[in-house]
Amino acid sequence: MLLERLTKCAAPSGRESALCDILKAESEKFADEVYTDALGNLIVHKKGNGKKIMLAAHCDEIGVAVTFIDKNGYLRFSSVGGVYVKRLLNRRVVFENGVCGVIDTENDNKELKISKMFIDIGAENEKEAKELVSIGDMAVFDGAYIQQDDIVISKALDNRAGCYALIRTLQQAGDKNDLYFCFTVQEEVGLRGARTAAYEIEPDIALAVDVTDTGDVPGCDKMEVKLGGGAAIKVMDRSIICDAGIRSLLIELAKQSKIPYQLEVMCDGGTDAGVIHTTRSGVRTGGISIPTRYIHSPSEMASLKDIDACIDLLCKFCSYDF
Amino acid sequence: MYLKELCEMDGVSGNETPVRKFIKENIREYADEIFTDSIGNLIAKRKGESSEKKVMIDAHTDEVGFIISGITEKGFLEFKTVGGIDTRVVVSKRVRIGKDSVNGVIGMKAIHLQKKSEREIAPKISDMYIDIGANSKEEAERYIELGDYAAFNTKYQEMSGKIIKAKAIDDRAGCAVLMELIKIKPVYDTYFCFTAQEEVGLRGAKTAAYAIEPDIALAVEATTCSDVGGVKEKDYVTKLGSGAAVSFADNRTIVGRDFCQWLYEKSQKAKIPVQYKAAIAGGNNAGAIHLSKKGVKTASVSVPCRYIHSPCSIADMGDIEAVKNVAELFLLCTNELV
Repeated sequence: MLLERLTKCAAPSGRESALCDILKAESEKFADEVYTDALGNLIVHKKGNGKKIMLAAHCDEIGVAVTFIDKNGYLRFSSVGGVYVKRLLNRRVVFENGVCGVIDTENDNKELKISKMFIDIGAENEKEAKELVSIGDMAVFDGAYIQQDDIVISKALDNRAGCYALIRTLQQAGDKNDLYFCFTVQEEVGLRGARTAAYEIEPDIALAVDVTDTGDVPGCDKMEVKLGGGAAIKVMDRSIICDAGIRSLLIELAKQSKIPYQLEVMCDGGTDAGVIHTTRSGVRTGGISIPTRYIHSPSEMASLKDIDACIDLLCKFCSYDF
Repeated sequence: MYLKELCEMDGVSGNETPVRKFIKENIREYADEIFTDSIGNLIAKRKGESSEKKVMIDAHTDEVGFIISGITEKGFLEFKTVGGIDTRVVVSKRVRIGKDSVNGVIGMKAIHLQKKSEREIAPKISDMYIDIGANSKEEAERYIELGDYAAFNTKYQEMSGKIIKAKAIDDRAGCAVLMELIKIKPVYDTYFCFTAQEEVGLRGAKTAAYAIEPDIALAVEATTCSDVGGVKEKDYVTKLGSGAAVSFADNRTIVGRDFCQWLYEKSQKAKIPVQYKAAIAGGNNAGAIHLSKKGVKTASVSVPCRYIHSPCSIADMGDIEAVKNVAELFLLCTNELV
């Protein structure tokens, strides 16, 4: 399945080209134009009439970067994107070239700190390690893809689920509107790719498609989004207050087509929508989100039904007569 | 190289005029066009073999320092920091203040008047003052106005071997390198940008990149070098004397793999000493440039600099030479990248 292939690919922020190759291959036969910009954003243009719409799903994932290789072949690293230090111990990492390693820490019974941690790739010494990895190489967290009825568990559902939704939408898209499917880079390190992509495209309307937290697990922060509750129509997050007209339109479209939906107010975290809506003279921007538990872990969990609902809603939006 | 002259000038963020003037006077003859924009960036265009692409090469003119925020009844100056300064290193340092470069010393309560608890913590800027020897507010006001800048007053000195000591090596070293490089004819039209206000948030580079719309850019910088006592090798970031530091990523930019590897490997082949900046830390003008408009392919190469952002930094002339050589390779072979 495409979603599985997408999650398996290693694409840490700034090193997304392997994933973009897959996305490009999947898009090409449905698109009029496919190109990569200076930052590496993959932009898939499906020509049409009507409004110029930008659909953005970031394709990068969090990871680590090697900063030092010691005499015994252990690697020191920095985080790339929002890595939870408490969740790092004994996690497996995979480098872009396939080399695997395990994270552990110097045992000093103090607070966990990345500066005390190391990656063990099983190398015997510095020389052997340097044959496998170099300073600056990046790795992602390993986490197998599991499907259980309608539930998927995997690493990087943030935001391969969004990429998957965009590809599926592209496959069904007509020419009602002029559509730009943007697989944006470097979202996890500060919404960087979407900023330059939006500038170049200069859309009339934009939607960010990303995962969102849920409020349906024991003892979590209060949030009115739940797994299996349908497509989450974004009201706001820390980076944007969504355009009210787009929000209402999405609700109306969902109601008309009986697409299950819920409203999303995310207090923590931002999305590409944040930088898109303030580009140039401003862009009317909204968001459709996929409810996901345990975001930024190797075991993110989402519902295929929710993902399908997002795709249905995206399709309706793309074919709407604005 | 004009390193000594540049490092002995004052140009705290927002007040880069003397540095800009000096650079302008000395590079004018090599520039095909030269202008200063509204924020204070000095931009010199040098035509290349081809005008097919536009190249931006950047070094910032500003340095960290202080701004005067008050004058006490007794004539002491209250101040705020401009840019990131470690407050532990400023007490008892000499500064020059305002248009007339008045001499001052940063002071605070003497050690024998401090409580034990005060001696054990980093001093706060709000507990310090600048002493210009004035006896009263009225006397101080004859020399100083609110909003005047204060800069470290440090002589440039050669130390043993190729080591030099100065303030503001960050980023006058970069400026000195650009002043040399403008003498050669680049492959593409190149904009030598001596940018303002980097230390307060990459501000000058943002507007410069917007105006120029380059196809590719290189930031020439100074960066942390922590190869000193009490620091483990894994935390050095860079090593003094080990060559130009090529960044793969910092807090503001992830450099494209192609560009980053090209700089490193091309330099190695040319026998220029290079090292990777071995940490994702700090940020420089590349962060503002690469996100300009529709995006710009951007990298940075830096001079390792011990005690950066302090009144007295240390660098190796060999490293500065290496940075110059890496940047020169870039300007002569940009066609391999865009």
